[in-house]
Amino acid sequence: MAIKDRMSGNEAVAYAIRQVNPDVMPAFPITPSTEIPQMVSTYIANGEMDTEFIPVESEHSSMSATIGAEAAGARSLTATSSAGLALMWEELLLASSNRLPLVLTLVNRTLSGPININCDHSDGMGARDTGWIQIYAENNQEAYDNFIQAYPIAEDKRVHLPVMICQDGFITSHAVENIELLEDEKVKEFVGEYEPEEFLLNPGNPIAVGPYSISNYAMEAKKNQEIAMENSKEVIIEVAEKYRELSGRGFSLFEEYRTEDADYIMLIMGSAAGTAKQAVDDLREQGKKVGVLKLRVFRPFPAKEIAEALKNCKAVAIMDRCESYNGNGGPLGGEVTSALFRFKVMIEAVNYIYGLAGRDFTVSDVCGIFEELEDMIVNGTEIEQFQYIRLR
Amino acid sequence: MSDYTLKTMMNKPERLAPGHRMCAGCGATIAVRAVLRGLHENDHAVIGNATGCLEVSSFMYPYTSWEDSYIHNAFENAGATLSGVETAYHALKKRGKLKEDVNYKFITFGGDGGTYDIGFQSLSGAMERNHDMVYVCYDNGAYMNTGIQRSSATPMYADTTTTPVGTQSVGKMQNRKDLANIIADHDVPYVAQTTFTQNFIDIHKKSEKAIYTEGAAFLNIMAPCPRGWRYETAEIMDVCKMAVETCYWPLFEVDHGNWILNYEPKKKLPIEDFLKSQGRFKHLFKPGNEHLIEEFQAEVDRRWEDLLYKCSK
Repeated sequence: MAIKDRMSGNEAVAYAIRQVNPDVMPAFPITPSTEIPQMVSTYIANGEMDTEFIPVESEHSSMSATIGAEAAGARSLTATSSAGLALMWEELLLASSNRLPLVLTLVNRTLSGPININCDHSDGMGARDTGWIQIYAENNQEAYDNFIQAYPIAEDKRVHLPVMICQDGFITSHAVENIELLEDEKVKEFVGEYEPEEFLLNPGNPIAVGPYSISNYAMEAKKNQEIAMENSKEVIIEVAEKYRELSGRGFSLFEEYRTEDADYIMLIMGSAAGTAKQAVDDLREQGKKVGVLKLRVFRPFPAKEIAEALKNCKAVAIMDRCESYNGNGGPLGGEVTSALFRFKVMIEAVNYIYGLAGRDFTVSDVCGIFEELEDMIVNGTEIEQFQYIRLR
Repeated sequence: MSDYTLKTMMNKPERLAPGHRMCAGCGATIAVRAVLRGLHENDHAVIGNATGCLEVSSFMYPYTSWEDSYIHNAFENAGATLSGVETAYHALKKRGKLKEDVNYKFITFGGDGGTYDIGFQSLSGAMERNHDMVYVCYDNGAYMNTGIQRSSATPMYADTTTTPVGTQSVGKMQNRKDLANIIADHDVPYVAQTTFTQNFIDIHKKSEKAIYTEGAAFLNIMAPCPRGWRYETAEIMDVCKMAVETCYWPLFEVDHGNWILNYEPKKKLPIEDFLKSQGRFKHLFKPGNEHLIEEFQAEVDRRWEDLLYKCSK
């Protein structure tokens, strides 16, 4: 029987960490993810889990120590947000290139400057090319569910890549909502024991990690890493399927909400998907054919599947909670339009930037966007292809 | 230790295999081999390494010189990386994934760039948390891997590629950081400063003690670089001897807060005896630069007096 409770996103992830009970967790506090290491420390202090916690002196060191622990043969993780992830950037690349299946729970917060503690996706998006699998959550329930699936994906022999489990800062991490939790034994059984093939603490079988590699070998190493990222897609789908059997919940690469016959679709990621779904419900009552594609897996990028899902609509609003400073749109704007072009889905695609540094994004904003898409298609009105929502 | 002879020690199986790409006469590999001889033969080890000459020359895919498990992560995080490895060891032992009678020791190597400078925070954190590990700095007094740029370990007036001697410059303008002192102030169980001396007994004793002292230990080993210091490669032992006899590089240890001077020269030699064989100090011997040598001597004297005071308590 599922356990019904009320929790914040941070509580939910900390609860999942307790259930998984990994071997080692180095961490350094940063708003809004600070509560996660705090709660884990409290669980340890009260004997509810026995993970070794390392209170490191920076996020660079937290990822460095996580890499050391994982390479040593221990299931490891850390948590961070914003500038903490930026400080880890060099190490994110080492975690993935050393093919270490560790986990990072990211609570999305904007990057400086100006310094601001609220949500957007600029931290996670900044790490989009570091070779990590990235899975985003709409709410506390998904943050919990996604964390439990992280190790089975990362540790799969076809993958061997680190996984970032993302939730929106404050909106998800601090807001308390209803949640259904699995029993400890079910989680332990689902995640299983970590059995690394090659690791430092293997008496009689020493290994060396982190070589200098000359050009004769380095390019193949990078291609192999890319193949692992491609492989991870089927593993993510398999694990999601297995998790659905266990919990009755969840989506694979993305969720399609009322998109079957939709003329207009909003493609969005994270907590604002809930806002978009509410707007869709309201507009459907008015007879508007609108839907939401909520992206769950951003890395690997499900280009083909997205193109397939959008091919029958007339226009898509691509929603970026992040600015790319390239003069041409946000990260999703770039990647989704590239997917549409590659798979020859020639629909209208408008890129909107919303919610930067915690700016509100409401149901009426979503309705306004759908209205604009309809105006473009029905009346042939020209609209800006890359624009900001709620800019003062 | 009573049965120590260099010959017996040199007969121990090498834990750093030959065939690596370090320069002939490099002090770093001499330091590494000396430290690893401090390991008891039945004990396993995980060796950490900051980016630097030692790393890029000893583990070039698909070859490694390291007989033990080895991890290189990046330049500035050897301390943090080995913190993770050492913690994993405790976690795996606690959970019965490693047998009780299996012993691992944790030793990480970094040059002065990776230790004094870019890796200083990571080192400080690892020491403060008192991980059961040894951090070994092979101090050759500049960023040698990138081509002899000054570091905070570079002595004053040394000619380096970022403090070049010229018409308006007499070399590095600042004194070197005293890292052994700084780490001793972290109140870790064991800190020692050493270099290559006759019979290698000082470095051996300190390595063994550092490895087998419970908790964090730090070894600062002066490891001359013939390319950067510009002395005749074969003269490394003389260079080290002069560093000790002039009290430029005193041999001392701090064992659980107790400062011990391991060697006091009967007659402290003038600093010129250390400087004169090295091309990086050649300009100090030009007429009109006598005052620079006097200043160098004054700094050596000041630090030596300070050390004598600490050790006399």
